[in-house]
Amino acid sequence: MTSILKKFPLNRKQWALMKVLISVSVIIIVILGGLFLDEGRIVTNLTNRNSPPSIDNLFGTDWLGRDMFTRTVMGLTLSIGVGLIGAIGSAFIALILGMAAATMGRTADRIISWLIDLFLSVPHLVTLILIAFTLGGGFKGIVIGLTLTHWPTLARLIRAEVMQIRSADFVQVSQRMGKPRWWIAVHHILPHIVPQFLIGFMLLFPHVILHEAAVTFIGLGLSPHEPAIGIILSESMKYLSSGMWWLAFFPGLCLLMIVRMFDSIGDNLRLLTDPNGNRD
Amino acid sequence: MQLEAKDIGFRYDDGPWLFRGVNLSVEPGEVVGITGPSGRGKTTLCRILSSYETPLEGTVTYNGAPIPKKGYHPVQMVLQHPEKAINPRWKMHKILHEGYHPDEELLALLGIEQEWLTRWPHELSGGEMQRFCVARALGQNTRFLIADEMTTMLDAITQAQIWHAVSEIAKKREMGIIVVTHEVKLMQRLCHRIIDFSG
Amino acid sequence: MSILEVKNLSVSFKQYTAGLKQTNHKVISSLNVTLEAGEILAVVGASGSGKSLLAHAILGILPSNASVSGVITFEGEELTSARQKAVRGKEIALVPQSVNFLDPLMHVGSQVRTSVKKGDAVKAQRAVFERLHLRQEVEQMYPFQLSGGMARRTLLSTAMVSGVKVIIADEPTPGLDPVVIKEALDQFREFANQGCAVMLITHDIESALQIADKIAVFYAGTTVEIAKVEDFLGQSEAIRHPYSKALWRALPQNDFIPIPGSQPHPSALPTGCLFAPRCEMATPECWEAQPDIRNLRDGMVRCIHAT
Repeated sequence: MTSILKKFPLNRKQWALMKVLISVSVIIIVILGGLFLDEGRIVTNLTNRNSPPSIDNLFGTDWLGRDMFTRTVMGLTLSIGVGLIGAIGSAFIALILGMAAATMGRTADRIISWLIDLFLSVPHLVTLILIAFTLGGGFKGIVIGLTLTHWPTLARLIRAEVMQIRSADFVQVSQRMGKPRWWIAVHHILPHIVPQFLIGFMLLFPHVILHEAAVTFIGLGLSPHEPAIGIILSESMKYLSSGMWWLAFFPGLCLLMIVRMFDSIGDNLRLLTDPNGNRD
Repeated sequence: MQLEAKDIGFRYDDGPWLFRGVNLSVEPGEVVGITGPSGRGKTTLCRILSSYETPLEGTVTYNGAPIPKKGYHPVQMVLQHPEKAINPRWKMHKILHEGYHPDEELLALLGIEQEWLTRWPHELSGGEMQRFCVARALGQNTRFLIADEMTTMLDAITQAQIWHAVSEIAKKREMGIIVVTHEVKLMQRLCHRIIDFSG
Repeated sequence: MSILEVKNLSVSFKQYTAGLKQTNHKVISSLNVTLEAGEILAVVGASGSGKSLLAHAILGILPSNASVSGVITFEGEELTSARQKAVRGKEIALVPQSVNFLDPLMHVGSQVRTSVKKGDAVKAQRAVFERLHLRQEVEQMYPFQLSGGMARRTLLSTAMVSGVKVIIADEPTPGLDPVVIKEALDQFREFANQGCAVMLITHDIESALQIADKIAVFYAGTTVEIAKVEDFLGQSEAIRHPYSKALWRALPQNDFIPIPGSQPHPSALPTGCLFAPRCEMATPECWEAQPDIRNLRDGMVRCIHAT
């Protein structure tokens, strides 16, 4: 390890940037793969059933002779897509509620804080299943469910941050200089919120993807015709006992990797945007 | 054009009264010192005069009328700790130009070097940051300046530099100054009149 | 023998400049200071001159991006980082600059009591509170209820009851009223008279003059002059270094006349004498190399022209 570090004398911020770039490129490759891989590889091919991983079929094939590598990549793309919509929706709910709680007076703050506490006191997964089930499952149900359940932690964070900055001396000075409220919001408060928001958004992502997979896995999420990771995993469970480990192993591992990538993007962005992080 | 506080009283929530019935008036061009033991509310009085805080009793008037809530405040305050009065995510030139664009002469008077303008706040020392806070507070429409322990954290040379600049500008513009400091010698140097604020 | 000796100390910081690049900033260079038992040494200088960093270097609490060279000895033995950890709070105490060093969730009375090493903790705490004019109710208060001055006095009392040999006080006085300053300073004096040593880091020369035995003047990360306090009393002719003279002249009780310019930034230190750009006496030689510190009239000075 030390010899590598000597060859590439990067400081911590440069490392962080590297990690972000690597993670982003892996995710982009997966998405492009999902869009452009040959769909012919996932049609039923009964002559090549249940084969273990090989050069031709990197992740092996399943009981219908479909290439698991292609299925996994497509499943991941779908999961990332669902995750993206869910995370964007959740993050915006969090932003709006967080800002409203911090700026719209005591009553608004009380109601929103109560709502946050309510959602936090029940595990995500339970509310998510409930909402998805009520809406009849499927793509729409799961996306709305994800959006409505993942905002509370980020909302709380944003509320606290806005409140702190609002009472900061430099904001009060700005008010005395006759700066209107919107100006202060844009120039003083937003620059502090944006990094927090982006990081929070990035960290929501893996959460959303995992929960999507989990709900789909138990059959309340996406329909079995869609090649989602959750579906692949739940189908593969049946074949695990017959020794076909690759059916669940590779998709599971890839899901884990993608989730870690988003985590790492979030963490490293935090390091890069910290204004006081000028130390090593 | 005087700044006047009448029968001011203040307390936090249901706590004991910090002070009541405080009267104070400052004329343009006048330098008034406020002294007194710590913890008696000198800082709170300053915050009330510059509308950072609303008094529970009494009124603050400028020119005989209450000070409007919106627009540039004629009473500007410079605080003790510049690092708190500065947005850490802004570069120094943005901080300096928040209220208005100070001219070269003012910057030279305060010893602000051009090269500092492109820096981040954490790259400057407390004394350097405080010069920016003072420059920022000296807009054309500032009629009164409140210096609450403005140079307490600074060395003697920087203190003298800042006060020379501020006094010169105050004289030129007929600006009133309220000085809060524990340093008796400094107060004697600067003030025309000293008020003992013992609560 | 001196109780604490700092020889040739240099401290530099690795910092990010524009974007992702790092540079090394030398914030303290070839600094020498000694502290004798029974003596108060006042360290004076502008903010950014490295005063606080010296304290942090002695206690070994510099941030991780700092690198240190030079030797610090305590009671004749080198202060290694292991030893710094062992003596911190037990032999050497810091009265910090920031009030944030108090535990926000603990009554201040109890906080002070935890520092008492022997004897009746409550009694010791009450006694020190009384001497520093803190009312008895203050014991039961939380740090957020204290005014700035009261918090500072609480910090001071923590160090005073702890029975240490060296107190390093980082700006203990700003914002306090003269009566309390006097009390606090008298406490330091008493403390020194008991055979301990005090390093009083301050920019407030007036308090330093009232109480210190020796004065060390810092400029841009190094000592420019170390002198007996008597040299700073009366008129300025006994003062050796031109910066110390300028500092003296800028005091409100003296001429209140500042010299122009400001202390150089660690990223742009002049090659020669650090004070040369602002010095009236500067000659071409001053720009060539940084002068070594030398003995002069029972004190020390880092200037080739000083007499």
